[in-house]
Amino acid sequence: MTSAVRLVAQRELVLRLRTKWFLIGTLVIVAIMAGYVLLQMSFFGGEDRSRIGFAGQATGLSERVADAAAELDIDVETTTVVDLTAAKADLSDGSLDAVVSGTAAEMRVLVKEELNPRLRAVLTELSRQEVLTAKLAQAGVPDPTAVMAEANAARVDVTAIDPGSAADDQRLAIGVIMVFLLFMSINTYGTFVAQGVVEEKSSRVVEILLATIRPWQLLLGKIIGIGLVGLIQLVAIAAAGIALALAADVLTLSSVAVSTLVWGAIWYLLGFFLYAALFAGSGALVSRQEDAQSVLTPVTLVLVVGFVAGLNVMIVDADGVAARAMSLVPLLSPVLMPGRIAASDVAVWELALAIGLTLATIALVTYLGGRIYHNAVLHTGSRMKLTAALRG
Amino acid sequence: MALDAQHTAVRYAVEVAGLCKRYGDVVALNDVGFTVGPGELFGFVGSNGAGKTTTMRIMLGVLAADAGEVRVGGTPIDRETRARIGYMPEERGLYPKMTVRDQLVYLARLHGLSTNDAHTAAENWIRRLGITDRRDDEIQKLSLGNQQRVQLAAALVHDPALLVLDEPFSGLDPVAVDVMSEVLKEKAAQGVPVVFSSHQLALVERLCDRLGIIRDGAMVAVGSIEELTAAATTRLRVGVDGAPGWADDVAGVRVVGDDGDATLLELAQHADEQAVLRAAMAAGRVTEFSRYRATLAELFRNVVVEGTAQ
Ligand SMILES: Nc1ncnc2c1ncn2[C@@H]1O[C@H](COP(=O)(O)OP(=O)(O)OP(=O)(O)O)[C@@H](O)[C@H]1O
Ligand SMILES: [Mg+2]
Repeated sequence: MTSAVRLVAQRELVLRLRTKWFLIGTLVIVAIMAGYVLLQMSFFGGEDRSRIGFAGQATGLSERVADAAAELDIDVETTTVVDLTAAKADLSDGSLDAVVSGTAAEMRVLVKEELNPRLRAVLTELSRQEVLTAKLAQAGVPDPTAVMAEANAARVDVTAIDPGSAADDQRLAIGVIMVFLLFMSINTYGTFVAQGVVEEKSSRVVEILLATIRPWQLLLGKIIGIGLVGLIQLVAIAAAGIALALAADVLTLSSVAVSTLVWGAIWYLLGFFLYAALFAGSGALVSRQEDAQSVLTPVTLVLVVGFVAGLNVMIVDADGVAARAMSLVPLLSPVLMPGRIAASDVAVWELALAIGLTLATIALVTYLGGRIYHNAVLHTGSRMKLTAALRG
Repeated sequence: MALDAQHTAVRYAVEVAGLCKRYGDVVALNDVGFTVGPGELFGFVGSNGAGKTTTMRIMLGVLAADAGEVRVGGTPIDRETRARIGYMPEERGLYPKMTVRDQLVYLARLHGLSTNDAHTAAENWIRRLGITDRRDDEIQKLSLGNQQRVQLAAALVHDPALLVLDEPFSGLDPVAVDVMSEVLKEKAAQGVPVVFSSHQLALVERLCDRLGIIRDGAMVAVGSIEELTAAATTRLRVGVDGAPGWADDVAGVRVVGDDGDATLLELAQHADEQAVLRAAMAAGRVTEFSRYRATLAELFRNVVVEGTAQ
């Protein structure tokens, strides 16, 4: 009778996906993430961009300035200035950062208060090269342009001892966001499982259900159905977030992002199954929605403690002893491991051990939670004692 | 209905045998047994706390018995047979936020109907029970009586081969009582054994072929209404134009009641009717003197309240 499990799961899935709260909730979280990305852009992108107007003779320089700036990773936007009075107005209201006029050798730059030092370096360098080329020609050097090209091609050879660390900030950010999303998803959808169990008890519908199907079928179907809803939301949010961040250039590590997403989904499933059985067992102990909070608090507390403590050790040092040890603790792994996978390099044995321990814990917790559920789900009235529910 | 035709041929008898159930020190059931034949309407009556609900829950497998078993067609009941029971629990329960139709289709499918059959059956019962205009409403928005109709539909939607209904008539208006009675009779006519509990004895008397009375977890009477009432003591209905209390001193006679026109008497096993008549004539003009059969209510009172089981 696995079709019973499928039917129960289907009911949960369809009913929950159809509610307006699912859609609204998902959109709100995506909107918050979009806001965060935009904030990042205005800090690191928008502020950095310099708008330079070129007037008169200098118009011909715009392309060279743009190229030189790009080489130094400076974001510039070039325009042609026709009316100098209008350009001055643009300078004072901030829509232009600098107006360049004159020749390459004798550049004049008009700014509001001061010239961005990096931009000054770019312009000065250009000016120097122009002067140098002219002097070389005067000195009778046969091909001054070739000499300049050769000089410009000279590069220092940089060897990084820790090549990853430049990307570390991004990776940590991805990791922290993933930890946060996982915590939220597991907590929210685990609570939904408990609420669903209590709803069936308080409405007494459980009696006709269990006259037809077995308790484990009802429980498994419910967990699968609600878990899938959570998975759909998690993947939708994470994918939307990554797409936004990549599009806005806030995120450049697309491979890290994708592997984080895949691992996030895997760990969500592990974590959800782990906590769902705990939530379901706890929910089965009470018969009224009002009593639910008291039995759910201990479960939620474990999750919250893992989340807060884990996040802190991860931010301090994602590869540190504390983070590594905590990410191996079964009840904490589902939240911490995916964070570490994003933020640092997790050894294969660590990952395997964490997955193995989590699976073993899932088996144990599912056995206990299922037993509690089986014994308590038809019990009505006052809250059932945990020991009584375990004994049956 | 096409569905019915397919199952009418299957005629089961349901036997409940030697059921025992304890809750701690409370003995809820002690050797409860009765048989319900195919197409039989069986009324299950007893005071509050007598053990009706406990028996029915055990029949459905929602509760495990300490001893005894439930047999259908001679073999112990199993999962598959239980899926063919239509059950209405004492504590009604449906998903409050599901619509009537979705709810019925879901339950039908859980019982193994295909999507199409489930929809057809749900629509049929919705129409039959007069809740067509509420079919897209959430259950929680329905009145209690209408919820009860949906609950009955839920018990019937998978074309059950056996019906077990715990107090199906409580909370229904007279029209709904009639609809419910019709449906039960119709199912019985199709060969389905129907067991239902009720405190409305007049209804049980009108509807049932046989009935069982349970007291403190033990069956005290099982049989047809005729059998049970015939076995009871002789009853007289005597109309006298005179002072009440005339029958108080007649040997072996107990005054059961007074219906305004006449005094109702119960005679002990060997009491003399003629002595009663003489006492009546002494008291005044006798307008009526007849035997009558005990009502179920009186039988019930005898058997259950006074504990004079035969
Ligand atoms: N979960 C339980 N725990 C302890 N005792 C119980 C429980 N359920 C029922 N009982 C006891 O079992 C006995 C039979 O109860 P049951 O509910 O079967 O009676 P009933 O005939 O259905 O009564 P009613 O007419 O009031 O519905 C009662 O004494 C009741 O107190
Ligand atoms: Mg009852």
